[in-house]
Amino acid sequence: MSLLDVCLRLVLVLGAFLVLPLVIGQTEHKVMAHMQARVGPIYAGAFHGWAQLVADGVKFAQKEDIVPAGADRRVFKLAPAVALIPYFVVLIAIPIGPNGFVGRTIDAGIVFVLAVMGVGVLGSLMGGWASANKYSLLGGIRAAAQLMAYELPMLLAAASVAMAAGTVSLPGIVEGFEWWWLPWQAIGGVVFFTAGLAEIQRPPFDMPVADSEIIFGAYTEYTGLRFALFLLSEYAGILVVCALTTVLFLGGWHGPWSDSVGWLWTLLKIGVLAFVVIWLRVSYPRLREDQLQKLAWTTLVPLALGQLVLTGVVKVAT
Amino acid sequence: MNLAAAEHGFLSPTGAEIAFVLIGLVVLGSALLVVTTRQVVHAALWLVVTLGGLAAEYLLLTAEFIAWVQVLIYVGAVVVLLLFGLMLTKAPIGYSEPADRAARIPAATVALGATATLVTVIVDAFRTAYLHLGDDTVGTTKVTGESLFKVWVLPFEVLSVLLLAALIGAVVLSRSRARARSDRKD
Repeated sequence: MSLLDVCLRLVLVLGAFLVLPLVIGQTEHKVMAHMQARVGPIYAGAFHGWAQLVADGVKFAQKEDIVPAGADRRVFKLAPAVALIPYFVVLIAIPIGPNGFVGRTIDAGIVFVLAVMGVGVLGSLMGGWASANKYSLLGGIRAAAQLMAYELPMLLAAASVAMAAGTVSLPGIVEGFEWWWLPWQAIGGVVFFTAGLAEIQRPPFDMPVADSEIIFGAYTEYTGLRFALFLLSEYAGILVVCALTTVLFLGGWHGPWSDSVGWLWTLLKIGVLAFVVIWLRVSYPRLREDQLQKLAWTTLVPLALGQLVLTGVVKVAT
Repeated sequence: MNLAAAEHGFLSPTGAEIAFVLIGLVVLGSALLVVTTRQVVHAALWLVVTLGGLAAEYLLLTAEFIAWVQVLIYVGAVVVLLLFGLMLTKAPIGYSEPADRAARIPAATVALGATATLVTVIVDAFRTAYLHLGDDTVGTTKVTGESLFKVWVLPFEVLSVLLLAALIGAVVLSRSRARARSDRKD
C-alpha cells in the first residue's frame, strides 16, 4: 500500500465524514417536519429550504466562543474534539464495498471500532465536568452511567456476529455473510442498534442531554463552533452506528449486482437505518434514567447472551 | 526492547524503534503527571493518555488485538468509571488538597517494588529477543487466540474464575450494605 494510496483513502473517508453527517442532519430537519405536520425552515434557498443547513453553519461560526469563568479552560476547550474525532477514526475501518473498498482493513476491526467509539464518550464527560455547571455535571454523570450500561450488550451482540463469521475483521464479516444470518442474528442486531442509539445518546435514550430536565446536559455551556462540533458528533454518531449495524447485521454490500454497485447497497442500508433513527426520535418519548438502566441490564444483556448461545449452538451444529 | 536492540545496534535505530522510545517517554511523563497533579479529574484524563500510549506501544510490538482491547477496556470502561465516580463526588475544578498524604511513601515503595519486579522479569524473559516489524503475523487475533486457547487455556480459565469471584463478591458487598441501610430505616 503506497503513501499516495493511503492519503487518497484518508481524504475519501474525510470527505464522507464531512458530508454524510450533514446529509443526515438535513434529512432529520425535513423528516421531522413532515412527520409532525409542520413546515420547518423553508425559506433559506429556493427549494424546500435546502440552504438552512448552510445558514446554521454560518450562524454557529459567527457566534462568540464563550468559556465560562469558573470552567476548567483546557479541558472545556478540548472536549468537542475528543467527542468528534473518534467517529472519524472509526469510519476509516468501515468497509463500504467489496474488493478493498475500505479506508484500512484492520485485523481486529470489530474490537477497534467499539474501542474507539467508547473514547468519544469521554468528550461528553470532559465537557460535563469542566463546564462548572450543575446541569452539565448531571448530564456528564448520566452519560457515563449510560455508556457503562450499554457498552456490554453492544459488545456481546458484536461478539455473536464475530462468532458466526469466524473472524473479527469487518470486511471478513461482510464477506462471510449469508442471507439466513438475517433471522439468525436478528436479536443481536436489534440489541446492537438499540445499544448504539443509547451510546450516541439519541432519543429515546437522550437523558444525558434531556433539554426539558437539565437544559442540554454536558453541552449547556457551549456556544458557537464548539457547540456545532458536539452537534456534528451526534450526527457522525448516527452515521457510525447505522454503518456498523449495516456491516455487522444487514450484510453490508450484499444485494443484487453487488459486484458493481455494492457500495450503493451499503449506503442505501445506512440511509434506511438513519431514517429509522430519526423516526424513533419523532415517535417515542424519552425514557426515565432508571427505566434506561433497567432496559439495559434486565432486557438487553440477557437478550445478547441468549443470542450468543443461539449463535454458538447453530455454529457447532452446522 | 533496549536490550534487544543491542543485538542490532543502537547506532542506526529504525523509525519504529525511535517511535517506540518516544511514545514510551510520553507514557512515562503522563503517568508521572497522573500521580503528581493536584487536580483529580486531570489525573484521570492523564491516565487516558498513559493507557492510550501503552496501546500504541502494543501496536508497535504488532500485538494489534491486545492494543484495541486495552483501549476498549481501560480507556472506554475503566476511565469512564473513574470519571463517573469523580463526578459523583463533585470533584472540584482547580486544585484540591491531596486526600491521602500519609499514604504517599508506602505507595511509592509499593510502586517501585512492583516496577523492579516487572522490569527484572521482563528483561530476564526476553533478553535478546528481537521482533521484526515486517513479520506482522506474530500478534494478529488469530495467533493470539490460538496461543491463548491452546497453550495458556488453564491460566485463562483460572483468571476468569477469579474475575467471576470478584464480580459475585462485589454484588454481595453492595447488597449487604443496601440491606443494612433498609434495616436501619425500619
